[in-house]
Amino acid sequence: MAMTMHVDIVSAEKAIFSGTVTMLFAPAEMGEVGIAPRHAPLLTWLKPGEVRVQTKEGDQRSYFVSGGILEVQPHTVTVLADTAIRARDLDEAAAVEAKERAEHMLADKQADIDYAKVQAELAQSVAQLRAIQKLREKAKQ
Amino acid sequence: MSGAKEIRTKISSIKNTQKITKAMEMVAASKMRKAQDSMQATRPYADKIRNVISHLAHAHPEYHHPYLAERNIKRVGLVIISTDRGLCGGLNINMFKKAITNMQQWAADGIEIDLTLIGAKSNAFFKRLGGNVVSTATHLGDAPSINDLIGTIKVMLDAYEEGRIDRLYLSYNEFVNTMTQRPQLEQLIPIHGHKEKELETHWDYIYEPDSKPVMNALMIRYIESLVYQGVVENLACEQSARMVAMKSASDNAGELIDELQLAYNKARQAAITQEISEIVGGAAAV
Repeated sequence: MAMTMHVDIVSAEKAIFSGTVTMLFAPAEMGEVGIAPRHAPLLTWLKPGEVRVQTKEGDQRSYFVSGGILEVQPHTVTVLADTAIRARDLDEAAAVEAKERAEHMLADKQADIDYAKVQAELAQSVAQLRAIQKLREKAKQ
Repeated sequence: MSGAKEIRTKISSIKNTQKITKAMEMVAASKMRKAQDSMQATRPYADKIRNVISHLAHAHPEYHHPYLAERNIKRVGLVIISTDRGLCGGLNINMFKKAITNMQQWAADGIEIDLTLIGAKSNAFFKRLGGNVVSTATHLGDAPSINDLIGTIKVMLDAYEEGRIDRLYLSYNEFVNTMTQRPQLEQLIPIHGHKEKELETHWDYIYEPDSKPVMNALMIRYIESLVYQGVVENLACEQSARMVAMKSASDNAGELIDELQLAYNKARQAAITQEISEIVGGAAAV
């Protein structure tokens, strides 16, 4: 019987593959790696590319990952796939954008305060109306 | 008959409102199921990363990651996850209350607070309340993508790495079941909670290219996945809270309609009685 190992391919948003395989190929940072059962513990980055697995039954399956992390233990392999293309510059740009959103939100005070004020006034006049209605009902009885 | 007519218009307007709340209830119920499914789907990733991190803690790498080290607290970061839309009962307010209680405690201890706000409701709330907001993300939609969160979280992670904040917390609603959502405040960094068991044999990973960047990437992804999980869980909470709120609104509308119907019947009866007595009176006079 061929030796096997357990493989999980997961992304932050969902589990992609989980099963018993005889071999796994992944696009690691330093070049394509093939992982067989009883591989030494390994932790490495993945580049965008194709992760291929050979299942116990002998069929090949391949999944595209846009990067991620590969963790290898003698009998279990975990691929933590990224769903987004990650690069330092891209992350940096996203961070700057998030900061700008915060600044913009804080600067845009005027509109929201007016809205809040109007809302408070509206609540007040509704309450007044209700009081008047109640008084009228009492007067009728 | 004027009183009866007024009541009739009121009844029809309440019936219209009831139709809307019923529709919202059903929409929320179907969205809730989807949100619950995606909540389940996010679990494996965070679980796997947690496993790897606890392996790492066992493996004693030569490089100790800052996310694992406790520091003196002078300033904390707080990520608050709220909904984008209202009409979901006290969901947001309960969570804000919990967050604010903690914030007051920190303020009393002389600890400053940086805020990251996710969701339009928290933006509106803290804009009025004030607070040092460093990054925001809103309108993530019904199927939030981790892409939209990367930048928002990075602001906080950078602040931690540069020593501007000494701890990072996450505030969100935990989905217990459809009826119950529990506001939560969790510590994200420093990461704790993994039990360090004694290993029988000492081993370490082969790191490629080097332990430092690999661990860095891993830690960042771990925090991101925790925040993402919070966002997805909060979404499931939002939908179920909205479903419950809309159900009780529909029920209230039903009760109101019943009462008004009764009042309407009485008014109609009174008008008919009056008319008859007028006719009888008129006939007697003739």
